[in-house]
Amino acid sequence: MTQFSIDYSLVLAGILFALGLVGVLARRNIVFILLSIEIMLNAAMVAFVSAGARWRQPDGQVMVLFILTMAAVGVAVGLALVLRMHRQFNTLDADAASSMKG
Amino acid sequence: MDIIFITAALVAVGSTVMVITRLNAIHALLYLITSLLAIAVVFYILGAPFVAALEVIIYAGAIMVLFVFVVMMLNLGQHAEAEEQRLFMPRMLVGPGVLALLLFGMTLYVLALPHATAGGRMIAPREVGIALYGPYLLGVELSSLMLLAGLVGAYHLARREVKG
Repeated sequence: MTQFSIDYSLVLAGILFALGLVGVLARRNIVFILLSIEIMLNAAMVAFVSAGARWRQPDGQVMVLFILTMAAVGVAVGLALVLRMHRQFNTLDADAASSMKG
Repeated sequence: MDIIFITAALVAVGSTVMVITRLNAIHALLYLITSLLAIAVVFYILGAPFVAALEVIIYAGAIMVLFVFVVMMLNLGQHAEAEEQRLFMPRMLVGPGVLALLLFGMTLYVLALPHATAGGRMIAPREVGIALYGPYLLGVELSSLMLLAGLVGAYHLARREVKG
């Protein structure tokens, strides 16, 4: 068993999560923010699978299935919100919807 | 095995960097799909073939298609064709294409090896299924509830307002 791959897959998960965080913080287009959230969820999935491989249990993969379900629901609702925002504000700039009304 | 892992990880990180720096949403989606395929290779190497398959089918297949549809719906207009003329640049296919070809070659190489996992043991879909419908049964029920809520919520939010 090579410990190497499992150690380094946690590093990979960290790098991917950091990249997703940078994407959320740096981009103002709401579609790109959603994409960056997907990147972060993928980083969490890599961490779960590498932990499952480390202890040789299927639990990590079960957690990945739940994350996958959650990501699908999140994307569906998020993209519906994007459509709504495009219809209402006619822009995809997240700052356009940053202030509350009332 | 390690060299395959490192290559897949580098492809994943490189295409993810491209995702968060692109200006065009469709180009970013192309790179994100490449990144997801690379992550699927990483899953396979870590001994999780079931999750690797789901990553390709559900993430790179279904969720990204949803993204592509919405991005294309947002671009509709009279100037859509002129826009498309400007957007279709064959050289944009080179980056994701080369990375995807690399992944394809790695997949062939991994499949040719006799014992292709780094975790020492492949965790088969059978074990995952037994765990999923055994101790995690409540989680499955809760996910079904969440999917229903997401369905209703997405329908309600994307519906056009009916006046009167």
